[in-house]
Amino acid sequence: MSEFVRRMRPDGSGLYGGSRWQRIHLDLPLLLLVLITCGLGLFVLYSAGGQDSHYVTRQAIFMGLGLVVMVVAAQVPPRFMQRWAVLPYGAGILLLIAVVLVGVGAKGAQRWLDLGFIRFQPSEILKIACPLMLASFLGRQHLPPSFKHLALALAVLLVPAGLVGIQPDLGTALLILTAGLFVVFLAGIRKRYIFGAILAALAIAPFFWLFLMHDYQRQRVLTLLDPQADKLGAGWNIIQSTTAIGSGGLDGKGWMQGTQSQLDFLPESHTDFIIAVLGEEFGLLGVVVLLSIYLLIISRGLIIALNAQSMFGRLLAGSLTLTFFVYVFVNMGMVSGILPVVGVPLPLVSYGGTSVVTLMLGFGMLMAVGTEKKRF
Amino acid sequence: MHDRAFKDPQREFRMFSARLAVAALVVLVMSAGLLWRYYHLQVTRHGDFVTQSENNRVHVRPISPTRGLIKDRNGVLLADNRAGFSLSIVVERSDDLEALLADLDALLGLDDEELERFRRQLSRRKPYEPVPLRINLTEREQAVLAVNEYRLPGVEITAQLVRHYPHAELLSHLLGYVGRINDKELPELDPVRYSGTYVIGKTGIEKSYETELLGQVGYEYVETNARGRVMRMLERIAPAVGQDLTLHLDIRLQRVAYDALGDELGALVALDVRSGGVLAMVSKPGFDSNLFVTGISHRNYQALLDSPDRPLFDRVLQGQYPPGSTVKPSFGFAALETGVMTPETAIWDPGFFRLPNHGHKYRDWKKGGHGGRVDLHQAIVESCDTYFYSAGVKMGIDQLSHYGRLFGFGEPTGIDLPAERPGIMPSREWKSGVKGVPWYPGDTVNTSIGQGFMLTTPLQLAVAASRLASRGEIRPPRLVSRVGDRVLDPGPPAGMIDGDSRHWDAVIAAMKDVVHGPRGTAKIIAKGLDYSIAGKTGTAQVVGIAQGATYDASRLHKRQRDHALFIAFAPVEDPEIAIGLIVENGEHGSSTAAPIARKVFDTYMALKGEEQLAHE
Repeated sequence: MSEFVRRMRPDGSGLYGGSRWQRIHLDLPLLLLVLITCGLGLFVLYSAGGQDSHYVTRQAIFMGLGLVVMVVAAQVPPRFMQRWAVLPYGAGILLLIAVVLVGVGAKGAQRWLDLGFIRFQPSEILKIACPLMLASFLGRQHLPPSFKHLALALAVLLVPAGLVGIQPDLGTALLILTAGLFVVFLAGIRKRYIFGAILAALAIAPFFWLFLMHDYQRQRVLTLLDPQADKLGAGWNIIQSTTAIGSGGLDGKGWMQGTQSQLDFLPESHTDFIIAVLGEEFGLLGVVVLLSIYLLIISRGLIIALNAQSMFGRLLAGSLTLTFFVYVFVNMGMVSGILPVVGVPLPLVSYGGTSVVTLMLGFGMLMAVGTEKKRF
Repeated sequence: MHDRAFKDPQREFRMFSARLAVAALVVLVMSAGLLWRYYHLQVTRHGDFVTQSENNRVHVRPISPTRGLIKDRNGVLLADNRAGFSLSIVVERSDDLEALLADLDALLGLDDEELERFRRQLSRRKPYEPVPLRINLTEREQAVLAVNEYRLPGVEITAQLVRHYPHAELLSHLLGYVGRINDKELPELDPVRYSGTYVIGKTGIEKSYETELLGQVGYEYVETNARGRVMRMLERIAPAVGQDLTLHLDIRLQRVAYDALGDELGALVALDVRSGGVLAMVSKPGFDSNLFVTGISHRNYQALLDSPDRPLFDRVLQGQYPPGSTVKPSFGFAALETGVMTPETAIWDPGFFRLPNHGHKYRDWKKGGHGGRVDLHQAIVESCDTYFYSAGVKMGIDQLSHYGRLFGFGEPTGIDLPAERPGIMPSREWKSGVKGVPWYPGDTVNTSIGQGFMLTTPLQLAVAASRLASRGEIRPPRLVSRVGDRVLDPGPPAGMIDGDSRHWDAVIAAMKDVVHGPRGTAKIIAKGLDYSIAGKTGTAQVVGIAQGATYDASRLHKRQRDHALFIAFAPVEDPEIAIGLIVENGEHGSSTAAPIARKVFDTYMALKGEEQLAHE
């Protein structure tokens, strides 16, 4: 597989020859990998959703919708994206402000905007709009960026992150921040700034912990350190998910045979905690297969970034790919009990329309970068 | 804007590539970290998690064994188990316990007592264990809950067997009852044997034969989901049913005895002379023991406690009364055995007895006395006090006490029931020990006619009658004749009262004439007898009568009138059944108590005749 990925050239030459795929701006290896992941996701979801076709049908529809979004996004020329990056960014900021003013709450946090026919989270837009905006901006500058540009970039990043953070949705805020920081990092920020930022982060961490974090957020971190402290409360999720994964062993209990998943011990088994279902029913083997596919997707994304025609394309593709890995890592880490529980779905496997469509949009943009015509 | 004049694409690309390589390396390292974590969970600690997931999934639920039945000698059910429905709550399955309780209150009307008991049990339950709220739902309550069950998450309606006493008031003290295990009993119980059981025998046979009746708990291994709902049964170990008890008692005889006591308060015990088996045992009034099974309400319990008739009081085992003249056959036998009297010895009865050098007159119940020459026979037949004053004083308290004990006075009879009281057979040691004063000769005088300090239970009266009937066989009374298929063989008597057979003859002949003789105190019951009865009447004073005063029943409150007593056995030639009975405030053993015994004897004989007919 990796050989296959490596030999694929984003310009459309190589194994599949010709430029038919390039002409319709689709990257075949990425498309195949995404479709495999989607198929695997539906397979696990059927078991996780209580062997009910309800979730599977809806998820398949979301995926179909996502594929359309992906194909459409792939047609947009990267130069066009760079030029108009400020539009989705600006719109996202306005919508976030709207959420603060007229948003709909759920579980003590205001995250939703109710448009009558659909409810959605504007913060999702920023997950893509933010790195897009930064790549657009830094792509135009001399690199490594000067201090002034860096300060500007940080401002561009901190405004949406802050707005999401006060909803409060610390998880998404951190993801937006991470996606943006990847752009900054790839743009060649000087090492002394990196170390300086790390030191600064360590310095404000206690202040952050004491004054800015909500009780439930602190609780999640504490639960990670000692899940047994509150077995039936905050610790329940983590105890049940590690039990599910651990009891799966090497080759798992078999599809639809996971007792933790099927007997409802596992919470959120069809959404954020679906990796525990996979781990229980298909064992370490299943986990390794899924992780490998993810790594192939990431490899393909990094190759696209490396071969991109412009610095904007490189920064955007690199950031989108690394962010994708962050989703994978945070989700698999929190379910297996090495990270605090934050609401991050497992890409293309967890049930949820917003997540699927946003990811597909990202893949479409990756393909757009990967299939951009050579300028010389 | 630009701090350099021109962009340098080559340099920027090299730098980007280097950064991307660093990122790829980090991705690899972090992926390796993830893999290590999953390997740790799924391989290294696999065993622990398998155990934990099995513990999650598989629950062991105790199955309560069916309590053994209690039957009379002919197999008539006296205590059985009926299907009842009870309401329990599994807290883990309810969203909001307080809201649920409020809903249930609106539907069923919960009282504070129930809630308090529920909360007590709640505090010591295991996770997912259903906690009973109300046992034995009425049909209306079942219907209301069935209709509303969908909106009452956590509520569980379960069928279980509830103890039932078909003849509740007839046998209330004897059978006792089962009730919910309370906080005091809980620490004493084997947690395994009682894991599926909510009730325990509280009194009577239910208590003394608890071990036999309980049975062995069973288990089922079930797979449950996270909300505790049972998905399927994995394995079942059936409980062992408790053992059935068969009694010596005949419910027909019991009913006759109960009815014969009428509206009077009192007690009657009928024993099988040959085995010590209890044929009938009544304490009146009884109560509905079924009330206690599912937890009696405060109101009902208070009503039972407040009743002046004291229905909860078991008169048979705990009522202690002066035996009065019913001790005369026993003390008469003692007088012959000790040699202070012979069957021929006669005394002069002026109507009173006076201790040497004392002015105090101990009166005979009959004003003017029984005449010039009163021997033992006449003294028993006519119940002459003066004769026994004289015999008692000659024997002395030590001999009286010794023989009294031989006939069972002042000692627990050893019956297979809990909470038996021993009565009092006074002695020098007893008086100095309990009262702290020495024994006076006057005490001996009182004791010799069963008054003074002497107290007996109705059961002891029956035991004394049985020992007289069997000419000295000492047998502890027994209620249960069979446990399951195992017959409890009464075996040989535990002891014998040694005595000259002529002395037994003399006493028994006198007791026979109490009923059959023309001057017998119980001659009233001799009419129409086609078998023979030997008996002795007794009257026990409730209030003392001052020296020189006379007892006038019409001027006393009913509850201050004398108790009427009677002991008897039949047939005289080959005794089978012995009875001891007391009618509280019945005044005269002869007119009140003896006819009750006659009815029981008649029934016994009639039933025996039926059985013989059936055998032929």
